[in-house]
Amino acid sequence: MKVNVRVWRQSGPDAQGAFEDFSGVDVLPDMSFLEMLDVINVKLEASGSEPVCFDSDCREGICGSCGAVVNGEAHGPGTRSTLCQVHMRSFKDGDTITVEPFRAKAFPVIRDLMVDRSAFDKIIQAGGFITARTGSAPEANAAPIGKQVADEAFDAATCIGCGACVAACPNASAMLFVSAKVSHLGMLPQGQPQRLARVEDMVAAMDAAGFGACSNHGECEAACPKGISLKFIARLNQDLVQAAFTRRS
Amino acid sequence: MELQSRAPEGPIETSWMRHRQAIRLVNPANKRKYHVIVVGTGLAGASASATLAQLGYNVSAFCFQDSPRRAHSIAAQGGINAAKNYQNDGDSIYRLFYDTVKGGDFRARERNVYRLAQISVDIIDQCVAQGVPFAREYGGLLSNRSFGGALVSRTFYARGQTGQQLLIGAYQALSEQIALGKVKMHPRTELLDVVVVDGHAKGIITRDLVTGAIRRHVADAVVLATGGYGNVFYLSTNAKGCNVTATWRAYKRGAGFANPCFTQIHPTCIPVFGDHQSKLTLMSESLRNDGRVWVPKRVGDIRPANQIPEEERDYYLERMYPTFGNLVPRDVASRAAKRMCDEGHTVVNGGLGVFLDFREAIQRLGRKVVDDRYGNLFEMYERITGESPFETPMKIYPAIHYTMGGLWVDYNLMSTVNGLYVIGEANFSDHGANRLGASALMQGLADGYFVLPYTIGDYLATQKAGGASVDHAAFADAEREVKARIDRLVSTRGKTSADTFHREVGQLVWDKCGMARTREGLREAIAKIPEIRERFWRDVSVPGSGATTNQALERAGRVADFLEFAEVMCRDALEREESCGGHFREEYQTPDGEALRDDVAFAHSAVWAYDGPDRPAVRHTEQLQFDYVKPSQRSYK
Repeated sequence: MKVNVRVWRQSGPDAQGAFEDFSGVDVLPDMSFLEMLDVINVKLEASGSEPVCFDSDCREGICGSCGAVVNGEAHGPGTRSTLCQVHMRSFKDGDTITVEPFRAKAFPVIRDLMVDRSAFDKIIQAGGFITARTGSAPEANAAPIGKQVADEAFDAATCIGCGACVAACPNASAMLFVSAKVSHLGMLPQGQPQRLARVEDMVAAMDAAGFGACSNHGECEAACPKGISLKFIARLNQDLVQAAFTRRS
Repeated sequence: MELQSRAPEGPIETSWMRHRQAIRLVNPANKRKYHVIVVGTGLAGASASATLAQLGYNVSAFCFQDSPRRAHSIAAQGGINAAKNYQNDGDSIYRLFYDTVKGGDFRARERNVYRLAQISVDIIDQCVAQGVPFAREYGGLLSNRSFGGALVSRTFYARGQTGQQLLIGAYQALSEQIALGKVKMHPRTELLDVVVVDGHAKGIITRDLVTGAIRRHVADAVVLATGGYGNVFYLSTNAKGCNVTATWRAYKRGAGFANPCFTQIHPTCIPVFGDHQSKLTLMSESLRNDGRVWVPKRVGDIRPANQIPEEERDYYLERMYPTFGNLVPRDVASRAAKRMCDEGHTVVNGGLGVFLDFREAIQRLGRKVVDDRYGNLFEMYERITGESPFETPMKIYPAIHYTMGGLWVDYNLMSTVNGLYVIGEANFSDHGANRLGASALMQGLADGYFVLPYTIGDYLATQKAGGASVDHAAFADAEREVKARIDRLVSTRGKTSADTFHREVGQLVWDKCGMARTREGLREAIAKIPEIRERFWRDVSVPGSGATTNQALERAGRVADFLEFAEVMCRDALEREESCGGHFREEYQTPDGEALRDDVAFAHSAVWAYDGPDRPAVRHTEQLQFDYVKPSQRSYK
């Protein structure tokens, strides 16, 4: 089958960007979306033109490197999938496919589809951890954790930090990302000592990085390749309120 | 090349304890004067960086990904082994040690493996304390499952995302140290050379992948945690960015490269289709706990699986290996699948594959339990192939997955270059000729959390903190060479993308140095690789310049290194005239097709030393000594 691909090209963070059209790209239905971009790039490179720049690494939906807005949807068509796991069978022969970078103030474009998501790392550095010096851990089975709590914490922990939630949000808010980490660690007994400091510090870092506020659109949950639930945002807000009343002056 | 293992003599049970007692320590007040470079932020690199920083050292950490959280450890699915014996099924440190040495087909250093088994229990404690959400029983205690090559349940897991959860744990510990200022993190930065000053590794040369800037970084010691070289085969289960560049650059600066021919083929991957595939996807080995592998008895039987009656199915692993059945080690399972397909029993029309069937498990356990255990893997399979394993068996075929070979290290994890340490998959230790499932995560974290942080002190204590400077001529020379190489790549202006060369050499080594190897085939590959390399340097097209974000340049640089490395890998496979673990030479097999080791001539690690650009690499050996697990023919029957 053949598809027409419109790709956002931008040579640098401050450069003017524009769409470039690649028409009649030959693809197979079983090819992944990124393999379709590879086909375009091999041709570009062989002809001496610069390839379309995009992040990808594991190509099995777990590293969180890849991501673009395809036909208006973060990670493209289909639910609960990263872009690398979208296959060309999701499109029809002759389709025109528009590919843009994740757009958010806190995710500046580096080049073409590649964006800078280091703001996520800064949020984790602000408090997204449990302090546990190597070597000081108690015996692993010393503190049982009920399966239900463990499973729910796990659901939050599956976040891959891809940034689709931010790209999908009209406010470019990072609340789903932050709430996933706050909930993963805050539900576990090991995470209790730092629970309230964590939520305050992470939310402050999120605000400082230029992400917008959450106004409950729910687009983030719909775009999330791991199906992280909005309920974690509610959980974050509970912790935040509790922190406001009980911590620091 | 001097290959002193420095493994302590005496009773193996106390060798690590005695060694720690004997090595030098750095006074806590002096630790903050030392600076360590750690390249790579996977399980080994992130855990080492975090732990070194907690100890007080200053760390500079590097990764080529946009965030340290994305290193390829994240893709490990199945689990991590530890000799906790929580299942009360007779596990012990000795048994994990024994299984690992045997599973590695008696080509690993016993004392390293014993230490690994001892440390395994501490890793689980550490990870739980960090909040890693391992699977639990209803009573709240940790759950385990079985993995290939073991008769006990010692694998801890986090659904099918164990690597992700362990890496996020290490990444969070690393992030805390970054915030404290003890680690300076350099993401989107690639190592392009190791700088050796008067015989000691004192720094690296990097390229900023965003701006193209070439920089010098100096330290008191350098740690490589840069993963394996499986992508030399082009199609592998490795992430696209995985490469041999860091270890290959170190090799060219004097670090011996050990056992490059020991590559692991994972038996359960989604089969190859078409010519455009960019990578292969692994389906966790844990699936073999409940899945049954079979092919139709009749050659050329291409009926849909569900139409093939029970009596016309050959559950060949259960038939050939009744004791271990579907849980034989990876190399054994892979070769059996290849044999079935070679004999014409493939289940993929126009391709190669066998079935992995869950019908019996669904009947026995119910769909809910199977979904709990493997749900996300089934979903991933369905997403890629369009078929649900609940309805029809998976189709699988072996693919390159892991590399046991790597830079040679002593018991302290130091390479043959002073002050250059190598941890995780990047080194050659512990797994011998074949790695058991769920042991890579164990080794990466053992090296990073619990071995390197002690042993590096033994070296640093002999070094004057801050003794080296980026102004040394060795830095200038290395930087000049790096720049010259980039200039050459971007000025060739040929007609072929680096990817095209990568596919070509990948297909060649898969055919000649993959699952089965022959003297003739290897000689052919060794003759062909220099020819591809020559063509690459004449005809590669790298558009753009080195002074900006340039992914074509990144790819080309990595392919250039694979094109050199591939030759040494094939030479290693040629000179090892035996079959062991993942290295199967067709000339050396038992009458029933099992690997035939030669313990008289080859009970050693082969270590390749660089001897200049115009001379072939030189093969050295480290003799292996087996005081505890006596080499025998591995039997899983």
